[in-house]
Amino acid sequence: MSETLHIDWIKCDGRGLCVELLPEVLGRDDWGYPVARWGSTGDRTNVAIGASDLEAARDAAKLCPKLALTLSTSQPGKNH
Amino acid sequence: MTTLDAAMQTMEKDRGAEGNYQLFAAGSNAGMAAHELAFGPLSLDRVDASFIQVLEKSGLTGRGGAAFASWKKLAATDQGRGDARLSAKPVVIGNGAEGEPLSFKDKTLLIHAPHLVIDGLLIAGRAVSASQLYIYTTEVAMAVVESAVGSRRDARRIKVVQAPETFISGEASAVVNNIANGSALPMDNRRRLSESGVKGRPTLVLNVETLAHVALIARHGVGWFRTAGSDRDPGTRLVSVSGQAAEQVLEVEGDARISDILASAGVDLGRVGAVLVGGYHGQWVRSMEYRLSPMGPGDQVVRPGAGVLHVLSDTECPLVATARIVGYLAGESARQCGPCMFGLPAMARVLDAIAYGDPDPRLVGELERLGRLVGGRGACHHPDGTARLVGSALETFSADVKAHLAGSCTRKSGRTA
Amino acid sequence: MDSALWAFGRVSGVISLALFTATVLLGILTRSGRPLFTVPRFSVALVHRNISLLATVFLALHVGALLLDSFAKLNVTDVVVPFLGSFKPFWQGLGTVAFDLVLALLVTGLMRHRLGQRTFRAIHWLSYAMWPIALAHAIGNGTNGTSKWFLLLAVASVVVVGGAVLWRMSATFLETAKARQGGLS
Repeated sequence: MSETLHIDWIKCDGRGLCVELLPEVLGRDDWGYPVARWGSTGDRTNVAIGASDLEAARDAAKLCPKLALTLSTSQPGKNH
Repeated sequence: MTTLDAAMQTMEKDRGAEGNYQLFAAGSNAGMAAHELAFGPLSLDRVDASFIQVLEKSGLTGRGGAAFASWKKLAATDQGRGDARLSAKPVVIGNGAEGEPLSFKDKTLLIHAPHLVIDGLLIAGRAVSASQLYIYTTEVAMAVVESAVGSRRDARRIKVVQAPETFISGEASAVVNNIANGSALPMDNRRRLSESGVKGRPTLVLNVETLAHVALIARHGVGWFRTAGSDRDPGTRLVSVSGQAAEQVLEVEGDARISDILASAGVDLGRVGAVLVGGYHGQWVRSMEYRLSPMGPGDQVVRPGAGVLHVLSDTECPLVATARIVGYLAGESARQCGPCMFGLPAMARVLDAIAYGDPDPRLVGELERLGRLVGGRGACHHPDGTARLVGSALETFSADVKAHLAGSCTRKSGRTA
Repeated sequence: MDSALWAFGRVSGVISLALFTATVLLGILTRSGRPLFTVPRFSVALVHRNISLLATVFLALHVGALLLDSFAKLNVTDVVVPFLGSFKPFWQGLGTVAFDLVLALLVTGLMRHRLGQRTFRAIHWLSYAMWPIALAHAIGNGTNGTSKWFLLLAVASVVVVGGAVLWRMSATFLETAKARQGGLS
């Protein structure tokens, strides 16, 4: 059970605050939207957050200007 | 849509062949009487949650495209019902939106065998103790479905809702969003539909063809279902054949070989350039020795997807064909998520350049980069499916790509300009 | 004591207005999604928020001091209900209106996560009304309102905020505007 940062892509407007707060975890794509750094191998919508990044992830969720980020403990799954 | 009449004529012809199909055994435009004559009565009262185990043994997978094990979806919804604080009664939706332009099997099924779908919906509803049932379909099938629902006492509480004719209208969360909120756009999937869907209730969305198979499994059992197909792909499926063939719906066994399917569709195999399998989010193949199966090694099988087989002749440029599709897919974006809204048009522009003769060698790398960029970054799988199609085209038609970049097209009628 | 309260009331009012002016400018910058030289975007957002809170504190001091000061003839009703005051009711009333708007902005700002972005944003647009109303109140109601230095400051703020608003409405306002030109509308 790890912490995951869920990106609501519908709310996200690629403002980039989360990328600044989590530079090791997130990059920015051509249009400003966050890209999880381990690319296509990991989940890019429910981004795994290590213990050392927890504080910054909480800040990112709090500061996101579109409220597009949610930090949670359980692993949200795909739609069934 | 003349396709449907043509589809039914083909099936009437095949009716004599042994066990060739079951879904349309009641004939065309089957009313309740013909339905009961062909399939026998249905004892709905005997269906309860234990039916989920029957489905598990049957090995039925979804016929809407994702090929998810159907029993798992029911089990998750049943569990969602138990977990919910107020023990909310689930909602079951028969999804007949069929947004894929190359697919017409669901419309055909709903128009000619609506009662089989209704049976399946009622059965699934009982298995998960649902309180609300919906059938979601486009305008062309609305009247028939409404009439079929209205003609049965046991189907009275089924609500029939119209779906818009957009590519993404069939996406599960878009279906739920339209039924619950009137907006046919995908929703963020942080909470699974099996936990919270329509009005916060556990929601089960099943393709209408899947429901038809459920109805037959309930009647004839697991053994019967598994006599067709193979261990890894039991039962039968409907496929929509189009392209260099008369548009038709065929019911084929699981794990069927593409060449066999196309041959029975009357396709001249010698003139096939390539086949698009699964639909616009599917894969291109050149070899027709592949079998249609959701499971199996990649050198033997191709995933059936939405059950689409679209034949490209050997005179058409496959890159131009793919570019047209990707342009369409970009236009069908819900425009909610950045990577899709901006990434898909960017991919379409690059693919257009390659298809229409731009010799810049960096184009392929750029297209691959964009494909990797959009995958898994959106509320739905529209960007992933589009990237998959593009990746498949680049791989299957690598020779054509090379030719285009060198200034020529391999197709006989080909012109790169 | 009274004249101290009176003086403090006026000074805190001017400081509050200055801080709200900075808030509006930082708010517009925040919306653009741009950093401020080396100051990262998340810092700009935080500073915008913190300065707005500081401005609100000085606003509370401004209102509090004038409530306590007998010369100001301000009663509790006048703090939230506009245009009923006994001294320059119109200009004073504008101050009340601005104060009410600040209350709405403050509450929705602090409860943004609970209210959701849509509600927060709808109320937040009112900040574009709050600022000019507060400025008008300062000019019309304040004792120093029409003095030369204050009017100069006021004109300067109008020019700067006006310029920022024009920038807000321009096509290249958003940092991502150019990169997103090729997409769908």
